[in-house]
Amino acid sequence: MATLGSAQVPLDARAPSPASVVRPATIASRHSALVRVTHWIITLCFFALLVSGVEILISHPRFYWGETGTVLTKPLFQLPIPSSRDLVPTGYGYVLPDQNGWSRSLHFQAAWIAVLTGLLYAIFGLFTGHFRKNLLPGKAHLSWQSFSTAVASHLRFERPGEAEVSSYNVLQRLAYLFVIVVLFPLVIWSGLAMSPAFDSAFPSTVTLLGGRQSARTIHFFVSVALTLFLLVHIVMIYLAGFWSRTRAMITGRASSRMERT
Amino acid sequence: MSDLSRRKLIVGGLAATAGVAALGVAARLAQKYGLIPPDHGGIWGLGETLDYASQRLLTRHSLAREFSRSQISKRPLANEIAPPSDAFKRLQAGGFADWRLTVNGMVDRPASFSLAQLKSYPSRSQITEVVCEEGWSYIAEWIGVPLSHVLNLVGVQPQARYVVYFSIEPDWWESMDMADAMHPQTFLTYGMNGDELPVGNGGPLRMRLPRQLGYKSVKFITHLTVTDSMKKFGKGLGSASPEAGYAWYAGI
Repeated sequence: MATLGSAQVPLDARAPSPASVVRPATIASRHSALVRVTHWIITLCFFALLVSGVEILISHPRFYWGETGTVLTKPLFQLPIPSSRDLVPTGYGYVLPDQNGWSRSLHFQAAWIAVLTGLLYAIFGLFTGHFRKNLLPGKAHLSWQSFSTAVASHLRFERPGEAEVSSYNVLQRLAYLFVIVVLFPLVIWSGLAMSPAFDSAFPSTVTLLGGRQSARTIHFFVSVALTLFLLVHIVMIYLAGFWSRTRAMITGRASSRMERT
Repeated sequence: MSDLSRRKLIVGGLAATAGVAALGVAARLAQKYGLIPPDHGGIWGLGETLDYASQRLLTRHSLAREFSRSQISKRPLANEIAPPSDAFKRLQAGGFADWRLTVNGMVDRPASFSLAQLKSYPSRSQITEVVCEEGWSYIAEWIGVPLSHVLNLVGVQPQARYVVYFSIEPDWWESMDMADAMHPQTFLTYGMNGDELPVGNGGPLRMRLPRQLGYKSVKFITHLTVTDSMKKFGKGLGSASPEAGYAWYAGI
């Protein structure tokens, strides 16, 4: 037996080690390596996109609908925050430090890494059955009974049961699918629609969204929705047992033993 | 078990080697086809290079969207600029009669043009949008002479790769690649919405690249240089923008 090779074998494929014998709980394989790696890369990218996005936004915290909009036109709405440029009348007597240069560079670089990682994940998800097995709600999930049970237990802030150590519940499945199939594509689309060169090659990218300023406003609202998802995601992980769930996303293994730490 | 993991190791190793080799080949090809921007170094180099290379491949000949006359913004925003220099004010006092555009570098016939000369060439107009990196935008009709017309007059040499353009105001300069320089919508603009180009919008002469963000459309142009390398200009990053922390390529 090559000792070099044995280091590569996942723990769950080995014969039961003394540690797992002591623990009565089962140790289930939870997340595949590709899901874990892409999850954390996209996490890093998301924070980079959020911080840089906010920095870019405060240089013009006004939103419009349609093709055009400047400080001379009536906005759809204006965020009640100070701006990093003195062009915008904000009512505040000061201008924030201008961070647009590095923010734009970080935004696009993080977007590239996130999109390429997301593509890898999507291809993997389609071809390995990850989407079908883990994310698409099954027949059992879609009954009114199971749906209302899931909603009720969420409303009572109950800790998830044993079944959810190794599988997602129906609300999780729907939330993750919505983020993957609707919010991510929409945030990428509305972002690309703001690129004047991309629009020149693919004008329908922006016209289908109702114009450049509409695309910018949509990009803002989808980003808000993604940020809300992230907050709920973190709260849920906290309720389910922060370290056991986080450990599962790092090591790939889930222990059904309830967390006591 | 060990066989399986050894196979994994070999496959992984081969994949990694293939990946590195592919990156090397991609870098060579990108260099050959002019897909590497002058500001490709530094921590943002990856993103700047991917932006420029992908958009250059997708948009070499594409035209910026043009709008109907009814979509022209009623009040084209003249965003604030630094107070004009004495040199600008002197020319303004003379009604810009003495405004000159000098063209040199890798051209067969270096030349200097007056505004009247530029206006005597076939005039073109486009109704396109100005997009600022801050987020705002407006639509106007821009009237001028395509930059390609002027470049063809002076005779660009085959090794040329960039056109560097300078404002009369100090430290305000940009550059573009030849794809943008020869693009039919890249104008030396002297008119707007059927009238003279107002000073606030860049008059008497503004470079206009509707496929890039507003900061590439430098105002008060007095000088062009054609070159094969940006190394000799400023810090060698392509324009004043990267020196201030902004991308050289602003199609995104």
